Amino acid sequence: MFTEPLLSGVTLGGIYALIAMGLTLQYGVARIMNLSYGESLVAACFAALWLFTAISVNPLLGLFIIVPLAAVINWLVYQILLMPLVRRAPSRDALEVDSILATFGLLFVAQGVMLAIFGGNYFSYDFLSIPVKIFGATVSASRLLALGFAVVIGLALYLGLTRTRAGTAIRAVAVDPVSALLVAIDVRATAAFAYALGGALVAAGGVLVSMFLTFNASLGVVFTMKALIVVIMGGVGNLLGCLVAGMILGLTETFVATYVDPGLTLAATYVIFILVLLLRPQGLFGARRS
Amino acid sequence: MKLNAKLLLGLAAAAALSLSAPMLSAQDAAPKSIKIGYAISKTGPNAGGANITQIPNYQLWVQEVNAKGGLMLKQYGKRIPIEVIEYDDRSNSEEAVRAVERLIEQDKVDLLLPPWGTGINLAVGPTFNKHGYPQLTFSAVTDRAPELAKRWPNSFWFLGTSKQYIDALVDLLVKLRKEGKINDQIAMVSVADGFGIDLSKAARAGFEKAGFKLVFDRSYPIGTQDMAPIIGEAQRSKADTFVAFSYPPDTVALVDQSRLTSYAPKVMFTGVGTFFPLFPQRFGENAEGVMSLGGWSKDNKATMEYREKIRKLVNRDPDYWGSQIGYSSLQMLEQAIERVGKIDRAAIIKELQTGTFDTVIGKIKLENNMPKDAFWLLGQWQDGLYVGVAPQRPGVAELRVPKAPWKK
Repeated sequence: MFTEPLLSGVTLGGIYALIAMGLTLQYGVARIMNLSYGESLVAACFAALWLFTAISVNPLLGLFIIVPLAAVINWLVYQILLMPLVRRAPSRDALEVDSILATFGLLFVAQGVMLAIFGGNYFSYDFLSIPVKIFGATVSASRLLALGFAVVIGLALYLGLTRTRAGTAIRAVAVDPVSALLVAIDVRATAAFAYALGGALVAAGGVLVSMFLTFNASLGVVFTMKALIVVIMGGVGNLLGCLVAGMILGLTETFVATYVDPGLTLAATYVIFILVLLLRPQGLFGARRS
Repeated sequence: MKLNAKLLLGLAAAAALSLSAPMLSAQDAAPKSIKIGYAISKTGPNAGGANITQIPNYQLWVQEVNAKGGLMLKQYGKRIPIEVIEYDDRSNSEEAVRAVERLIEQDKVDLLLPPWGTGINLAVGPTFNKHGYPQLTFSAVTDRAPELAKRWPNSFWFLGTSKQYIDALVDLLVKLRKEGKINDQIAMVSVADGFGIDLSKAARAGFEKAGFKLVFDRSYPIGTQDMAPIIGEAQRSKADTFVAFSYPPDTVALVDQSRLTSYAPKVMFTGVGTFFPLFPQRFGENAEGVMSLGGWSKDNKATMEYREKIRKLVNRDPDYWGSQIGYSSLQMLEQAIERVGKIDRAAIIKELQTGTFDTVIGKIKLENNMPKDAFWLLGQWQDGLYVGVAPQRPGVAELRVPKAPWKK
């Protein structure tokens, strides 16, 4: 009885974390508040769907095609579209505002392209939707897989960022780009790399959630909203925070739905969000800004 | 004298002009096209529904009419092609109202087609009514339909009231209970949005009146796709009947979760999406036995031909509830216009209210601006086709209960 909501809460939390990890890199390090984030995720869903239904490449193999492709596309977007903003921005706050406007435009372009190609219909396909029993509770293999990826990616990147030289450079840029320049870190290249890495993560998330979510071209904004909440709650730029915040939201939603009322899941989510904002405005794992 | 002559000449010219103007327009009045406009959700949350039920119908109908050369208007003694003006309402009621006003006042359209969905159709209702345009809605279900048809005689509500669907469902369940096929307990969930709220409200009253016990009755926020808690609780209840008034993504999630956890209620009724082509594509054999609104005649050649045309046009099937009814409403509009023989909106409305029309779903005559016994209220997936199981009218399929067990 208790393991069932626990397990589905943890898987849901993993999915939330997975959805939000790319944004925390793009927003936390590259300082691009990417409003077209959800569209990138939906685009990855469509890519996985197309690979699977048109040329029967299963989504797990699809990851190896879609993720590198997404990294390249995002790197190009950063170099071509966002670099002019980075160059002329007098401060990081100004860059945030500018990037909101630019990516807001990008949102409509991406959505328009997907609408033109796929139309506004709902899509869903059947892959790995097989029951797995864990401690007497049943969960689908695809959701479990998404959880696994979230944990692995989250921990690997967390370790990569804290234990390696390149990771330290990325964190330095996230904390203080001016001082980072002083210690010979190529801030722009690092930011572009972080943006591309974030793009790769969101693509991985998109491919994985497309295995069990029903989506259409207009669903992007839903993912952007969810990702933003997770990122802000966990602390901008912190992958571990992302994982923890995702878990808190997933577990809250599932336990509220099971023991209180499924109608109150959103309310519970926002109550927690507001509490975090009130008590720890920098997010659970966020560093206090000086 | 000279002045007088000039004045006379001028007067004569003016008279000639003023005389010739109306004469000219009477001769040459046949317009190049009949302008038909609509605002519909091409983007936003309603786009999914609008794209499947409504937009292909509009495209198909205009294509077919124009292939014949247009609408036959006796007034001019010839066919006049349709010109379409289309706006995206972005799934936003205010946007839809603005677009409809623009279509009427700036684009000066001759006729309007309705937007998608109950909410937006209600929102544009006053505008259609104020300007006297017929509004043939076929993606709106509201218990206020009879009242609205009275208040706005130009509005037609093809899908009718939520109550009629619930009445049909209750009748079926009562019959099953009498036959001892199900117990008297029902588990019900609904999405906390227009469709879910309306239908679950009507269902609550209907089930209670028929002596059923609602052992599980919950709503969930729109956008929820994690159904493990809901299906888990429904499974623990002892209900033989599971009813969900859901939207497409949640419908898929509910059915998928039931399959995963081998939750097998004897009657499984799910909401919007069940009758979409997506459903059998996604679930294959596991779609068998799942019930919902709408339905398809298993042996009606006209609807099968209609399905072929939609397939050719958009490369997929129509949905099995509103699509066929929507196309029929357009056929009715076409026939009404041609019978009236000119773009006289008041006369067209009158003809729609009183005439009898030939459509792909059969003969339709409206009663209080709603079709009566013209289509299936409830359907069930049987052998790969979503067949009508209620009301009891010719061609009805036998309801299959209990639902077939899930195949892995």
